[in-house]
Amino acid sequence: MRDVAIIGIGQTPVDEHWTTSLRHLALDAGLKALKDANLERVEAVYVGNMLSGTTTGQEHLGGLVVDFLGMAGTEAMKIEAACASGAAAVRVGMMAVASGMSDLVLAMGVEKMTDTVGQQTTAALAMAADAEYEVSQGVTFVTLNGLLMQRYMYEYGWERKDFANFVINAHANGKHNPNAMFQKEISQAAYERSPMISSPVGLFDASPICDGAAAVVLAPMEYAHTLSPAPVRIKASAVATSPLAVHSRKDPLALEAARISAQRAYEQAEIEPDDLDFFELHDAFTIMAALSLEATGFAERGQAVRMALDGEITLDGRIPVSTMGGLKSRGHPVGATGVYQIVESVLQLRGLAGETQLPNARLGMAQNIGGSGATIITHILEAMG
Amino acid sequence: MAELFTATEFNQHLAEHKLMGARCAACGEIHVPPRPICPECPEAEMTWEELSGEGKLAAFTVVHIAPTMMLDAGYGRKNPYCTGVVELAEGQRISAQILGVDVSDPASIAIGAPLKVAFVERGEGDEQKTYLAFEPA
Repeated sequence: MRDVAIIGIGQTPVDEHWTTSLRHLALDAGLKALKDANLERVEAVYVGNMLSGTTTGQEHLGGLVVDFLGMAGTEAMKIEAACASGAAAVRVGMMAVASGMSDLVLAMGVEKMTDTVGQQTTAALAMAADAEYEVSQGVTFVTLNGLLMQRYMYEYGWERKDFANFVINAHANGKHNPNAMFQKEISQAAYERSPMISSPVGLFDASPICDGAAAVVLAPMEYAHTLSPAPVRIKASAVATSPLAVHSRKDPLALEAARISAQRAYEQAEIEPDDLDFFELHDAFTIMAALSLEATGFAERGQAVRMALDGEITLDGRIPVSTMGGLKSRGHPVGATGVYQIVESVLQLRGLAGETQLPNARLGMAQNIGGSGATIITHILEAMG
Repeated sequence: MAELFTATEFNQHLAEHKLMGARCAACGEIHVPPRPICPECPEAEMTWEELSGEGKLAAFTVVHIAPTMMLDAGYGRKNPYCTGVVELAEGQRISAQILGVDVSDPASIAIGAPLKVAFVERGEGDEQKTYLAFEPA
């Protein structure tokens, strides 16, 4: 197995891209990543995506995207793992390079969610849950997070207003990210007033429906320095799973797949959580941010909300999270999100994160959550310069 | 083909107003929703068994932005509904609509409250289907 480096990154600003189609979003991010890597071609392209069949009537994204990148003939496939599709595409790309089957790989994520009306998008997102035993009972993707948040508040005694800092922090950071969907702050009062979607999840607990694409170019570490002035090493990559249905998990608040995938990643990287300089977590909902911090070892059970209240997740806190806006402010184009997290981590490690650049960032983690926790993928990245 | 303990069969049992699970012959655990392989005893035989239909509320949410199926059933922003996870007396958990609670005041809905199974009929003719629900015991 070879060590793998990221030698190029590209991203499309997250937005409602009504005049840009799925393939062109992918094309924009892919071309930017290739340009950043000073390459015109790669040997394989892996496209992470969750919803394209339902929201745009288009499947078969591997062949589609690789053709429009001018590389017809090249190996290409779509990779799907619900909202973790992006990190899954990076993981597959990494396996191709690590195994020696390919040298140069483009891994990307793309999602188009705003061509459909809200009701259709809601139905499409619910496909991440168990169709026969959850969705058939009136469950949507938001309601799963409502169930978890209600239970969390019941077990640990928190109120909804106590979750505000996850949102305030994400927006305070995303304000400075030119690729973020919402480049503005949110106040405690605005968070508390937001209308209910599925109690206790309000509009501002949830990340937005949006369009976007992001991409990375992967190469063997052994000669990454000859291709890029600032390669970033993929120090760990791990996937773990839990039952799709929340009711089938032995301990629904434990986010077991997050714990297992983080544990595997820490072992691969030979580090402890405290060694990390930042954590791009999957704040699709405030409750997911809390559960992720607990499952990855940054907080005791029920205490991630305390961490946020105590300012431990801000840029100058113990473990900065959502440093470029996270899913809440940058946006959550579901199948692309995992790649945005990795692109933003690379920007931090290259020292190019702008206003929200962390001093001396050397080691970062990105965790991408599929569904309400059924597939969770953790990557640890390290600066090489 | 080995018996698969399908959702179709589970739903047929619901239509007969029975909540049925798959019982593992080795460990005795009743899996509901049913599954053909016991994660603890993958070699063991499974058989259908009816559950008591008693349980308690483990988690709930009042849904204001409803999916198509529930919009068609008359729910929505002006008429929210409650869905939850119920912990059955036999120990397993299952997702279901929660009837007979005050959705206008979620604070009045208590986790831990005792519930009993109910069956909701929706749709006409060939579209007619029975859905699992629970209501206060």
